[in-house]
Amino acid sequence: MAPSGNSCNTVPDMVISVELYQVMLKIRLAEQRIIQIYSSDKIQSPVHLSIGQEAVSAGICQALRRTDRIYGTYRGHGIFIAKGGDLKKMFAELYGKDTGCARGRGGSMHLVAPEVGLMGCSAIVASTIPVATGDALASQMQGRPRVVVSFFGDGGVDEGVFFESVNFAALKGLPIIFVCENNVYAIHSHVSDRHKQTELYRYGESLGISGQRHDGNDVFTVYHTMVQAIESVRNGGPPLLLEYMTYRWQEHVGPGVDYHEAYRDPREVSQALQNDPLKRAKSTLKDVFRIPEEMFEAWEQSIRQEIEEAVEFAEMSPFPGLDRLYADLYEERE
Amino acid sequence: MRILKYGEAIREALVHAMEADPSVFVMGIGVDDHKAVFGSTKELVKRFGKERVFDTPISEAGMTGVAIGAALGGMKPVHIHIRTDFLYLAMDQLLNLAAKWRSMFGGQMSLPIVVRAVIGRSWGQGAQHSQSLQSLFMHVPGIKVVMPTTPFDAQGLLLSAIFDPNPVLMIEHRLLYDIPGEVPETCTEVPFGHTVVRREGRDLTIVANSYMVVESLKAAEFLEEYGIDVEIVDPVSLVPMDKETILNSVRKTGKALIVDTSWISCGVSAEIAALIAENAFHGLKQPIKRMGMQSVTCPVSKPLENAFYPNAKKIASEVFAMMGRDLPNVEAPVLSSNFKGPF
Repeated sequence: MAPSGNSCNTVPDMVISVELYQVMLKIRLAEQRIIQIYSSDKIQSPVHLSIGQEAVSAGICQALRRTDRIYGTYRGHGIFIAKGGDLKKMFAELYGKDTGCARGRGGSMHLVAPEVGLMGCSAIVASTIPVATGDALASQMQGRPRVVVSFFGDGGVDEGVFFESVNFAALKGLPIIFVCENNVYAIHSHVSDRHKQTELYRYGESLGISGQRHDGNDVFTVYHTMVQAIESVRNGGPPLLLEYMTYRWQEHVGPGVDYHEAYRDPREVSQALQNDPLKRAKSTLKDVFRIPEEMFEAWEQSIRQEIEEAVEFAEMSPFPGLDRLYADLYEERE
Repeated sequence: MRILKYGEAIREALVHAMEADPSVFVMGIGVDDHKAVFGSTKELVKRFGKERVFDTPISEAGMTGVAIGAALGGMKPVHIHIRTDFLYLAMDQLLNLAAKWRSMFGGQMSLPIVVRAVIGRSWGQGAQHSQSLQSLFMHVPGIKVVMPTTPFDAQGLLLSAIFDPNPVLMIEHRLLYDIPGEVPETCTEVPFGHTVVRREGRDLTIVANSYMVVESLKAAEFLEEYGIDVEIVDPVSLVPMDKETILNSVRKTGKALIVDTSWISCGVSAEIAALIAENAFHGLKQPIKRMGMQSVTCPVSKPLENAFYPNAKKIASEVFAMMGRDLPNVEAPVLSSNFKGPF
């Protein structure tokens, strides 16, 4: 069975709670739409889906300011949407179009939206952890109130740069929060097959920072714990390592599921599917705020409309001109 | 013009840049200690404080990522490695991230980072303190590579590197640190993309870089005594490279010997040989020749180390052979180095 983190049973006010749910729904529906489109080969880019893990992206980004910065991984649709990236630019990027967020140069694995603080996503595991740390160093050197969040998976802590970055951030007291989004598998390898110490949040302790493990399928817990973490770090507190426990529903890469494959425990899968972060949040919204079913349907309709507009935008957008092949390798000095 | 040593010229460029721009900072192993990276960061910490000049954990990969992130955050980091060999630890960050960040994300971000790294040679530096890795970085698009030979180049190219909005790797050479040279009265940038003609000549072109220029100049003096007039061209800026100056020289002399500080296979000498073959083939009177480190691991033992590297004597000998002449039976040139180690 997959271990779970603690829930804190704290629900924010209705406006924020509804927004959290809507962001999760947007990620879920956008990715379901990607799955539908994928067989058409219009998206010729490897997709690493976040379905089932929406609460982590939504809860964390909702707690951040627009000017706060985040760095992510090739599994980046969730944070792109949650941080406020333009959905049209995301779909256009998946289609390799010139109107994409990276002008068709990055694709699904390299989403970026500097205008809302998503500074980049890398396809090399853990490689943006030190980059995020450096951005936090810049923030500290310049005396900015900006906080940086570094997103990585449980596979990210296998890499040396994770430890190097946490050590340096601890040493300098940098305004950064390391977020380990533990979805149990690095490709097809269980965390317990790669680590003796599977409580990954504890890796910070020996380097001098504290860590916490929380339920990453409860968006309200994610949001609440992040609000506290951000407040502490923004006010000069030490960096933190937060581990959010979730589960990867889809195959590592691609539009399908692989529940039947030997690397998965069938009980684990059924437990995870029951632990759907969207169902849980919806149930809370109904219980706590008495939100009627029609409201959920209206939100869904509105989000589906937005997604269709984004897909249409991507379809109608031009591919980059061939002159773009050589563009942007180096920046001309002013 | 004034006379400075290589390390002093670098130090002046750092001071100048840090005074001109508060976003410039210096980091790396030992940058704030009493050795001060062969004097090139001497007393910077006293002048600019430990926030802007700091020692780092021995985490080459992580700290390279930190430099990248700091640049994205609006700073201009200069990350220093006392040996080029240590760059292997930072390859992912340098080549998968720094070199690609701008173009991979559609050209919307600047990445003004400078990485300085020093090649070691002599006094038993051995296998892992002697490597010369320019060709690895030239192979991957997205990072500029310069190899200053003189204090003038070192000062001017470092200034250009710091204020360039792209990642720049500056590869220095330990044996150049003790050689004085002219620098302008005030710190002046030297633009990238130029090849320097170190010596004009009509008989044969030597394309040499970094410390190999010093060895080649010594060889040229000897050759001159025997009526052989070599031209020496130095591509101090490898990426972007001024190819025309090299090609024009080869077209003039019809003979090309390429002497690189590194190994021959797939190296700078291979690239320049291909450049000449593709663009000046009909100007060549005879096959191109190349010299570099022997294709083995650098040994410590002095006689083996001497055999491992090209030097003025070997260069002169090769030139005589290329000119179809026998090496005269006299004392061949030996470059006297003041370097006594240990590092």
